[in-house]
Amino acid sequence: MKTSTRALLLMLVLGLIGSVPGFLSSDRAKAAANTAPPPSNLTRAHWKQKYIRPASIPFPADNLYSKDRELLGKTLFFDPRLSQSGSIACASCHNPGFSWGDGLPRGIGTGMKELGRRSPTILNAAWSDLLFWDGRADSLEMQALGPIASQREMNMPLDAMVKVLQEIPEYKALFARAYPGEPINEKTVARAIASFERTVVSGQAPFDRWISGDESAISEDAKRGFDLFNGKAGCVQCHSQWNFTDNGFHDVGLEDTDRGRGDRLHLEGMQFAFKTPTLRNVDRRAPYMHEGNEQTLAEVIDFYDRGGDARRKSLSPEMVPLHLTAQEKTDLLAFLSTLTSVDKPVEFPSFPR
Amino acid sequence: MINRIIFGTLPTIALVTLSAVPLLAADHEINQQDRHFSQTEITIKVGDTISFKNDDEVTHNVFSTTPGMEFDLHRQAPGASSTIPFNKVGDVEVDCSIHPRMKLLVHVR
Repeated sequence: MKTSTRALLLMLVLGLIGSVPGFLSSDRAKAAANTAPPPSNLTRAHWKQKYIRPASIPFPADNLYSKDRELLGKTLFFDPRLSQSGSIACASCHNPGFSWGDGLPRGIGTGMKELGRRSPTILNAAWSDLLFWDGRADSLEMQALGPIASQREMNMPLDAMVKVLQEIPEYKALFARAYPGEPINEKTVARAIASFERTVVSGQAPFDRWISGDESAISEDAKRGFDLFNGKAGCVQCHSQWNFTDNGFHDVGLEDTDRGRGDRLHLEGMQFAFKTPTLRNVDRRAPYMHEGNEQTLAEVIDFYDRGGDARRKSLSPEMVPLHLTAQEKTDLLAFLSTLTSVDKPVEFPSFPR
Repeated sequence: MINRIIFGTLPTIALVTLSAVPLLAADHEINQQDRHFSQTEITIKVGDTISFKNDDEVTHNVFSTTPGMEFDLHRQAPGASSTIPFNKVGDVEVDCSIHPRMKLLVHVR
């Protein structure tokens, strides 16, 4: 994605709005041999500096930030008139009250029918290269229109969406201020929604205060959990950097027929692979995994501790049994809870009439 | 006359063959470190090879879907290296399937 890092000194940075690392047993041994040992010899200080927050939100050069774009995008994001039924908004599945997810195992689409995957959070999506669990969109602008047009989701043909918006008088001024001289069309709708989504950033969490030098910001249990995260448990191999994701795709061994990224990229190693989700505010987003089958973070840790469930060629070599003790699992949970920020409630927009 | 044509043509064929697969093909090394390739673009001669070495702490999967130059090096464990020849003139986009941010453009001249 072509981006120009544009300082949005505001909120962001920082204070506002605001799943982990496994064939037949012999294959499993091979996988273990091919995996680098967890870098546990490195110091805590070394790892802390790997998680420093960025100073600004990246916006693409062809859709730079403005307050008007954010406002228009937010209004569209919460407006159910973007769906064919007039009752489903982007925010229905990406609800700020559930940390921009929906709290359900799998999303609910048009006709109240269950979808195939869990609704992913939009939190910190500005830093995502590829969007959707299977990475089929390479920009937020491209992603934004997908669920609107999907017959299973909001079921709104894009030409019909444009017509609906053009016929709502008060939208004209919002679009004119956000994109002067441009029409209300698919492109401006997508760009506005993407602009708003980029402003949805997790705020300062206790973890951030700790790596900034406040030793009292998190518990000793959590500090041990951090060491495990970067060491024995190997979570960092996928949940890396400040947003706790490598923005990558891995088969972590869920028993599932959904081939995920493998349906988009026909490589052996991409079968059953899904995008690594952020762990920011993760304790606000149960249930977990792309299919919502793990109810608690403790269950997720147990899943990774046994090296996943499915045994197949595409299984990530990083997925090996961890042999964590009960105390180590408790420490990891304590650490994960320090990634949650206390953010201001999101103000619901007033819709144009 | 016939002999002259034959003898006049052979060196030409030999030259064409030599230019398609140079005898002095070079190997270029591209490292994978910190979830990046060591460079984002490289220009090589047709017939040269590139060795992709994983100097990272995580697994990588280098591949290309550029028509006519498709390849998949499969999973590369940390420390592993794989070499692939580039025998066709053109631009080849090389990526890591696990980490889509990793991109390398190979200009084969």
